[in-house]
Amino acid sequence: MKEEIIIAGFGGQGVLSMGKILAYSGIMQNQEVTWMPSYGPEMRGGTANVTVILSDDRISSPIVHEFDTAIILNQQSLDKFESMVKRGGLLLYDPNGITAPPTRTDIAVYKTAATAEAAKMGNAKVFNMVVLGSFLKVKPVVKLENVVKGLQKSLPERAHKLIPVNEQAILRGMEIVERLMPES
Amino acid sequence: MSELRLMKGNEVIAEAAIRCGCDAYFGYPITPQSEVMETLMELRPWEAGGMVVLQAESEVASINMVYGAASTGKRAMTSSSSPGISLMAEGLSYLAGAELPCLVVNVSRGGPGLGTIQPSQADYFMATKGGGHGDFHLIVLAPSSVQEMHDFVFLAFDLAFKYRNPAMILADGVVGQMMEKVALLDPRPRRTREELLKEAGSWATTGKSNRTRNIITSVELDPAKHERFNQKLQAKYAEIREKEVRYEELLCDDAEYLIAAYGISARIGQKAVELLRAEGVKVGLFRPITLYPFPAEQIAARARQLKGILCVELSAGQMIEDVRLAVGNGLPTAHFGRNGGVIHSPNEVVEAMRRIFEV
Repeated sequence: MKEEIIIAGFGGQGVLSMGKILAYSGIMQNQEVTWMPSYGPEMRGGTANVTVILSDDRISSPIVHEFDTAIILNQQSLDKFESMVKRGGLLLYDPNGITAPPTRTDIAVYKTAATAEAAKMGNAKVFNMVVLGSFLKVKPVVKLENVVKGLQKSLPERAHKLIPVNEQAILRGMEIVERLMPES
Repeated sequence: MSELRLMKGNEVIAEAAIRCGCDAYFGYPITPQSEVMETLMELRPWEAGGMVVLQAESEVASINMVYGAASTGKRAMTSSSSPGISLMAEGLSYLAGAELPCLVVNVSRGGPGLGTIQPSQADYFMATKGGGHGDFHLIVLAPSSVQEMHDFVFLAFDLAFKYRNPAMILADGVVGQMMEKVALLDPRPRRTREELLKEAGSWATTGKSNRTRNIITSVELDPAKHERFNQKLQAKYAEIREKEVRYEELLCDDAEYLIAAYGISARIGQKAVELLRAEGVKVGLFRPITLYPFPAEQIAARARQLKGILCVELSAGQMIEDVRLAVGNGLPTAHFGRNGGVIHSPNEVVEAMRRIFEV
């Protein structure tokens, strides 16, 4: 198994921490992982993205030019990364703020209304865990129990009381994700 | 026993420094390596083990603080990124001239000048050909993973003390900023005074007691004596070249072509090898781990079976000079690399192989 994932959105949406939790979850089930963020001026300018690779074998390049999965959380990122999904790959996006939805028909496109769902849950901060849940529903590359272990490892001790609400958000994400069929 | 964690390369430098019993870190912040000192400040190693962590007023000050601490036989280190390392050039020459062991980490970024904060490998010349005045060399290790960032802190200090010579870890912004799984070695305590005296008592300024004075200096005004000292240094470098070469070969046994690359470019090159092998191209990866000493004989031995070598570096072509010196003019050697902070992708390397060698 090898899964090359780009997660991209605005700074502050929890893009980097979602990637980190996913990577830690991979370690919890003995996978090799890399987490490569964008850093510097583009981060300071508002957009953030991170490449996460999970693999059963030693990972060669942390820099890749095409992805198995793109998790897209704003329009700029959709514009930038839609074309970089491998044929037959997955594009998962939150429609919030998206004015020009994806158009490719040779990939599987899924939608998760995570912003709206997190607002319904009364906790905007769990938005990224809703998205993670949606992704894991479509591609169960890591087990939920290992995500919980990953949360324990990547969150500071004082935040451990928040793990149940994060787990709940992941489960909600699994429920709300929907496949979009290309218009014929 | 080792502990598994997900860490950034920069964070792991700090963690490994504490775990290998480093006595003192002096540094000045600069992207993309500021997490080294930030992590040390967060871990507060002075409380449990007495390690000194100090933010100096400049890179010039940090390297001279390293000189001072190293003179007393302590395990001292600094870290910076390209422009900061340029500022340390004088200090590095003095450390080499005074035969002092220390560790300098360069998480390099795009130059010249203030350049960019994005990753680069354009400091190869500076790291391997001197980085200061006079006939001297640093021992240069090039990590290509977060695990090696950890392991090479231990190795660099061991080599630095074995040869009484400054050692450098030459990393890049990718290896510094990315997170990977890392197995941390159990902490070893800082050396006791007795252990320090055993390791460095014959040369360090440890407080005179019933022995001849140890003098730390790089000045010698008598040219005849200074020539003899230079000869001694050169003999040391010859021994290092003979004994300390480290490199890795992947899929080289039946290779007709080689991608030669170090650090992050070796990881990208490995992916290019995988992609080319899938198309039936017989290509392997040669990865120098020590840049000084360079694995010259090893790549020359491999070259006999080859039709060509592509050197892949995040620079305009620097390591390629050592490759050409090693393999001679009989074999086509070409350079490919983005620079100025742009990172080449695996498929760009594949395209370069196709374009240059028509594979």
